[in-house]
Amino acid sequence: MQVDIKTTSVVQLRETFSHVARHLGSDKPASRYQEASLNLQSTANFHYRPLWEPERELYDVRRTQIEMKDWYAFKDPRQYYYGSYTIVRSRQQETMEKSLEFVDKRGLLRDLPQEIRNAVIFALVPMRHLEWGANLNNCFVTAYGYGTAITQATMFHGMDRLGLAQYLSRIGLLLDGNSGESLAHAKTLWMEHAAWQPLRRLMERMMICRDWFELFVKQNLVLDGLLHPLVFRQFEPRISAQHGPALSLLTEFMTTWFDESSRWVDATIKTAAAESPANAERLRGWIAESHSEIMEALGAYAAELFGEDAAGALAKVEATLEARLTKLGVGSTGKAS
Amino acid sequence: MNMPISGKPPKKLSLKENYALLTRGLGWETSYESMDKVFPQCDFEGIKIHDWDKWEDPFRLTMDAYWKYQGEKERKLYAIVDAFQQNNGQFNVSDARYINTLKLFLTGVSPLEYGAHRGFAMAGRNFKGAGASIAAQMQAIDELRHAQTQAHTISHYNKFFHGMHDPIHMFDRVWYLSVPKSYFEDAMTAGPFEFVTAISFSFEYVLTNLLFMPFMSGAAFNGDMATVTFGFSAQSDESRHMTLGLEVVKFILEQDPANLPIVQRWLDKWFWRGYRLLALVAMMMDYMLPKRVMSWSEAWGMYFEQNGGALFNDLARYGVRMPKYHDVAAKEKDRLSHETWGIFYNYTHAAGFHTWVPEEGEMKWLSEKYPATFDKHYRPRFEYWRDQQKKGERFYNKTLPMLCQTCQIPMGFTEPDDPTKICYRESHYRDNKFHFCSDGCKDIFDFEPEKYVQSWLPVHQVYQGNCFRPGTDPTAPGFDPLLEVLKYYNFNVGKDGGEYLDSEDKKHWEQWTGKPGVSI
Repeated sequence: MQVDIKTTSVVQLRETFSHVARHLGSDKPASRYQEASLNLQSTANFHYRPLWEPERELYDVRRTQIEMKDWYAFKDPRQYYYGSYTIVRSRQQETMEKSLEFVDKRGLLRDLPQEIRNAVIFALVPMRHLEWGANLNNCFVTAYGYGTAITQATMFHGMDRLGLAQYLSRIGLLLDGNSGESLAHAKTLWMEHAAWQPLRRLMERMMICRDWFELFVKQNLVLDGLLHPLVFRQFEPRISAQHGPALSLLTEFMTTWFDESSRWVDATIKTAAAESPANAERLRGWIAESHSEIMEALGAYAAELFGEDAAGALAKVEATLEARLTKLGVGSTGKAS
Repeated sequence: MNMPISGKPPKKLSLKENYALLTRGLGWETSYESMDKVFPQCDFEGIKIHDWDKWEDPFRLTMDAYWKYQGEKERKLYAIVDAFQQNNGQFNVSDARYINTLKLFLTGVSPLEYGAHRGFAMAGRNFKGAGASIAAQMQAIDELRHAQTQAHTISHYNKFFHGMHDPIHMFDRVWYLSVPKSYFEDAMTAGPFEFVTAISFSFEYVLTNLLFMPFMSGAAFNGDMATVTFGFSAQSDESRHMTLGLEVVKFILEQDPANLPIVQRWLDKWFWRGYRLLALVAMMMDYMLPKRVMSWSEAWGMYFEQNGGALFNDLARYGVRMPKYHDVAAKEKDRLSHETWGIFYNYTHAAGFHTWVPEEGEMKWLSEKYPATFDKHYRPRFEYWRDQQKKGERFYNKTLPMLCQTCQIPMGFTEPDDPTKICYRESHYRDNKFHFCSDGCKDIFDFEPEKYVQSWLPVHQVYQGNCFRPGTDPTAPGFDPLLEVLKYYNFNVGKDGGEYLDSEDKKHWEQWTGKPGVSI
């Protein structure tokens, strides 16, 4: 038997906000993601030109060369708004906290052979600075980008990068017994070591990039698309294969995070490329330019991490990225699959 | 890389040490590109920072802790919002007139939360110190939270009431919403230091108790469980933001004595900008809440004159004095809400919310709260309007008012020492005359005229023909300019604004709840 609970018979006047309905094409029920994102940013009748950029409006589509008819064509496949984002991350950080405790209690990193500890510090801890750069770059996109669909996602992504920088620091602290020596050492490596300098130079160059979409592409697609797999899919498994899964536990967050956020980065690139041949061409240009720069910058670093296997490791991540780019319609062959 | 790393068991880190290790050293002095190129906005305002490490982190939150606390808060908040919606909680508020405060909030305040989100992202990107940058970024993401949770909370009301169906579109166009819009854009288009002084200090620290809290307390008093839950949930964010506000100003002042005159000028400017914005809150507190929390005059006395006074006493050791024209605000406190509500009563047909003449009991409350002014200056006007309304001649002002070039409020405020005389000030700049509601607004213009001549003044824009939808033909027979402007606002004409007693909101409220509405 069906049981119907009687509720008041009130006729709703509308299903959602007009600015959401305009995007959906009609007034129909909208998701929380849609009500939190669509057309949330001001677009008209700005009062004053920015003192810091008088030739532009406060929000201005001309801050990138990418052109879109509708900046809300971008969609986050994860449907993150603040609430859903923080709830997902709070669960992940719980798992990560348990792993950190586990590894700490058993001394799994501290008891590794000295040269392995040094290798882990060399590979991972200076990367905290690189992640800080990635944070600032995504902060730039959040500040000067156009349309909440992208800028809210880069806000979350930027905070993720701060989280990653801090988790990498925690790995350092596990290795140095919370003295902070590994962090100080990593800073010196980042500032001075020959193998890190090309990456630092690359990061500083990105930090002066003024086209926010170009920066998005170079940071979130190309650099991350090469560096993260190199560190977390090539380097970390080598360590774990020989010395047990402690490091795997501590980098699980990073690998899960990379797969998850790549879905959003890919969706964003795909949408921009599909908008017009001019966009696709522009994206290909940025990708090609940064691809060769980044491969070059990774050479000395990879050599430190992989020794004679460096070329092989680099080739693998390059192939992975190339496959990804082809799928997105911005590969060097220029064809979408 | 043969650094000796000890394998000894770890020492326990305090929260402060942990935060410092995970945060402080993240930034670096760039060398392949100059720091000036990487942080190009750090110097142009004239603020001198010698040592970013002197920044005292007010939050000491690492990202994992942030995710944990905020995720937990969101889980609880959305559980309550879901329950509220399922139970038709919108019909439990004191009276449908209350809903008008939500319309004002969603169209006038929520877009500011969004602006704060973007503005703090700008500040976060522009500060050279990692500590200050992270503090700004955390506020940036918090403010996004507020904009989004407000949309989600009020979304349900939008399904049953008029006037809040298109908040961002309205914010960008509607005449009185240019008051909050220009306020916030003023801050965002300034440099990063002025932005944080304006928003973190003057707005969050000095004035939050007079803006955010009155709306949330109003919600609590009037049975709006959804909004009050949001308010409680946001309170812990707000207290973090207030702490940041104080730290910002102390940090800037401690860094260099040359910063003081710049900061003092900002404090003067942003006090007055913020205070003028609060005119909207003053009328909300005294007129729009069926169950009142406290009067504007009481709130101003408690939160600005007492608390704010104590704050500025504390800051005196840095050489900071009370903001200019605080004495004028004190003189206006028994008039502000009445003058503002009067303006909206005049122009409610062109507003996105309803107005009304207070009921007799409410006038009695106003007389008690404003013994020196209400019966003498304002009650007779309401009684006149009420009589007109009873005769079926509800007064609507069909002309457009002159706006103040700075705050953009219609020029309806009175002389500081004469509540019967409208206050006019003017300045000449590049062969043009500009008009102001007060000395405070005139001063702000005079210091940066090249900025404020740009103001997108809604009345000017209407007269210049810039407020019609594309394709509108002003030469067509029967062209009704006011109607066309309301369409440009995307108002449901006759439903979104106008007299409350004649409104569909009132009719629906009585139909749906069986509760009697108010009458005159």
